[in-house]
Amino acid sequence: MQKEPAVSTDQMLAFETDCHLFSGCGFEAPGLHSFVFEPMFSIGGFDFNKPILLALVGTLAIVWFFWAAFNKPKLVPGKLQMVGEAGYDFIRRGVVYETIGKKEGEKYVPLVVALFFFVWVMNLWSVIPLAQFPVTSIFSIPLGLALLVYILWVGLTFKRQGFVGAWKNFTGYDKSLGPVLPLVMIIEFFSNLLVRPFTHAVRLFANMFAGHMLVALFTIATWYMLNGIGIAYSVVSFVMTIVMIAFELFIQVIQAYVFVLLTCTYIQGALVEEH
Amino acid sequence: MNALVHMAETEVPQNPLVPPIPELVIGLIAFAIVFFFLWKKLLPSINKVLEERREAIEGGIEKAEAAQQEASDVLQQYKDQLAEARHEAARLRSEAQEQGAALIAEMRAEGQRQREEIIAAGHAQIEADRKQAAQALRQDVGTLATELAGKLVGESLEDHARQSRVIDRFLDGLERDAGNAEAGSANGAAR
Repeated sequence: MQKEPAVSTDQMLAFETDCHLFSGCGFEAPGLHSFVFEPMFSIGGFDFNKPILLALVGTLAIVWFFWAAFNKPKLVPGKLQMVGEAGYDFIRRGVVYETIGKKEGEKYVPLVVALFFFVWVMNLWSVIPLAQFPVTSIFSIPLGLALLVYILWVGLTFKRQGFVGAWKNFTGYDKSLGPVLPLVMIIEFFSNLLVRPFTHAVRLFANMFAGHMLVALFTIATWYMLNGIGIAYSVVSFVMTIVMIAFELFIQVIQAYVFVLLTCTYIQGALVEEH
Repeated sequence: MNALVHMAETEVPQNPLVPPIPELVIGLIAFAIVFFFLWKKLLPSINKVLEERREAIEGGIEKAEAAQQEASDVLQQYKDQLAEARHEAARLRSEAQEQGAALIAEMRAEGQRQREEIIAAGHAQIEADRKQAAQALRQDVGTLATELAGKLVGESLEDHARQSRVIDRFLDGLERDAGNAEAGSANGAAR
């Protein structure tokens, strides 16, 4: 057996630092273990590990940013306020008003804005030096958010459409379908009520999980091959790392956007009149 | 070896789709914090300013529109006044023309009347003069004829009454002769 493949004890780096090509140790590829973290410390019996800390720091960062931008807003905005307004306006106008409409949507703007920036910043941790771990690749985080949206959606549907109307909404009831209707209703029921929160969460989770895996793979490979002739391969791997990080930056925004867009679509589906 | 055992015990790569509960709780709490701040404090605050800004911009536009409206109102007013003045001037002018025409007509009528009066007076005067002249002529002719006759007959015809009678008779004779002569010439012309 070669050197023990293990995550470093301080959990900051997901690979061994003294293992190189030609140095008699095998390549330790990132895997599921890259997403499992030891508790770093615990307060009152509650263990804090890296993702939890990143989530909390990210929360502070978001609140700090919007506090600085929006707490004492000016009619003629400063730079920070301008950036904040641009982001806020993008979500409000580009997502909420576009899907739910201005009149009905106004109520859900804070939720959707908070969701977008929360998801985005949690994704963004993936490329922040020293952190380099997307919090959303821990399934709990997107699942919690998706469940929140799911509960809101189901509640809204019952509230708006009544008991029968809600079930018609969930099952896609449409008399004109004729004999196919039972089949459609079963499929719609599964797809809406059972699968929807799962796909909503998994879509975000899997993207960030895979993204992190790719970045970690090339990063580790870059380091691993940094020995002798391997340096040539290492450069290629390093370039790939940069490319993947740039790609990740793009994916992070897209996934946050898709997450809130789907949220809005679900809310809109609950609000529409019976069809 | 220790580390491997450790991994096997606690970090067996589990199904990544089984959510760890602490992360679920912390994630929701973290999101709740973000949501709470944005919902209760920061978005209302920025919305207020966005609304104010919108009003400031639209207020400026409204002011400009009001000024433009006022300007066009004033312009319309001026135009109305100008048109009214023109109308008034035209009315006065036509009135003056009418008055002038009336005056001219009146004066013409007056002149006509005066002319006719003058002509009539002239005619009357001429007639009177003619009559007077005829009278005077008749008297002079009478006197002359009487004198001549007196000289011829030697008989003084001083007596006025007699004189007059003689003259009248003479003149009547003359007129009768003249009438016969006229009738004769008229007959001659007819024949």
